[in-house]
Amino acid sequence: MPHESASRAPRSLAELFFVFNRLALQGFGGVLPIAQRELVERERWLTNSEFVELLSAGQVLPGPNVVNLSLMFGDRHFGWRGAFAAMAGMLLAPLAIVIALAALYAQLAELPRVAGAMRGMGAVAAGLVLASAAKLLPTLRAHPLGPGAAASIALAAFVAVAVLRVPLVWMIAVLGGLSMALVWWRLARKQGAE
Amino acid sequence: MSAVILGWSDLGALFAHFLLLSLLAIGGAIATAPDMHRYLVVEQKWLSDTQFSSSVALAQAAPGPNLLFVAVLGWNLAGALGVLVSMLGILIPSTTLALGASRWARERRTTRGVRAFVAGMAPLTLGLLVATGWLLAEPFVGDGQQRLGALALIAMTLFVMLKTKRSPLWLIGLGALAGALSV
Repeated sequence: MPHESASRAPRSLAELFFVFNRLALQGFGGVLPIAQRELVERERWLTNSEFVELLSAGQVLPGPNVVNLSLMFGDRHFGWRGAFAAMAGMLLAPLAIVIALAALYAQLAELPRVAGAMRGMGAVAAGLVLASAAKLLPTLRAHPLGPGAAASIALAAFVAVAVLRVPLVWMIAVLGGLSMALVWWRLARKQGAE
Repeated sequence: MSAVILGWSDLGALFAHFLLLSLLAIGGAIATAPDMHRYLVVEQKWLSDTQFSSSVALAQAAPGPNLLFVAVLGWNLAGALGVLVSMLGILIPSTTLALGASRWARERRTTRGVRAFVAGMAPLTLGLLVATGWLLAEPFVGDGQQRLGALALIAMTLFVMLKTKRSPLWLIGLGALAGALSV
């Protein structure tokens, strides 16, 4: 797929580390939108289409998408040292902040107002996850199995995990295997028809 | 710090479980939250429901990848050692695989195998995302005294996130304020 390539590239491991550090520290409630703005629009290290490609590869693989994205981007420029620098930039400072908050919280948790505040934040956190699910569910409309079948599989996954409490490994092995086999078969039929 | 003291064999079991979850975290680390809840709260009883939910909330409130809720869980389980064990467990397999397989997958992204894998996983990823939100809301919505307030906060969050461009930071702050004042 030909497309124009990015106009700039990271010059050093340190620059890679600091740019990923900067974008991670801005990422309240999700780093992905910030990553697009910083890497594509501000640094011009990637074009939009390159960003989408990297993200797609990151989604195929297990692991946090943005961490995978930082690894692959760093690897592309400086090999494994680049991968490590980008991932460290993404994780180290936020890790220190969140642990400091957790340590502080453990000492303050006895206070009823702090416990109340955490319950309120917990309810909002649940709402944030549900909101991102609501934003992403419409992508099933374009699913190769059709929206009805894809939504049924999503519902089955929800029931298996939230209601029946099936271990994730079994749910993915059985339901994921079935879903992938169905898509494989559907794509094969489509290719045969063309 | 933590009510339960984890021994070395417990830490080993935790590490092994997170190594496995790392490879199952397709669609992001948050997709493994329901299974972490099942393992840590229901099966091992190392953490309470509230501890689990507030760990996730704390990580959402702080800047950085959502993955860091794993570090907070580790901290609540066994302090600094817990952070090390849980983060290494959740990161080593997926990062190794990402580095090894990214070029391979990039070259073959149009083949039927890779497309079947991506498209086949998509509905599961979304079902898991809804399950995560559900399990996070359960301790608040399931408690009669907190039900109305929690439902109001969740409804408000959904509305603001879907209909406006406001930062989630405002909502986290508002949730904290509402929770503190409700005591």
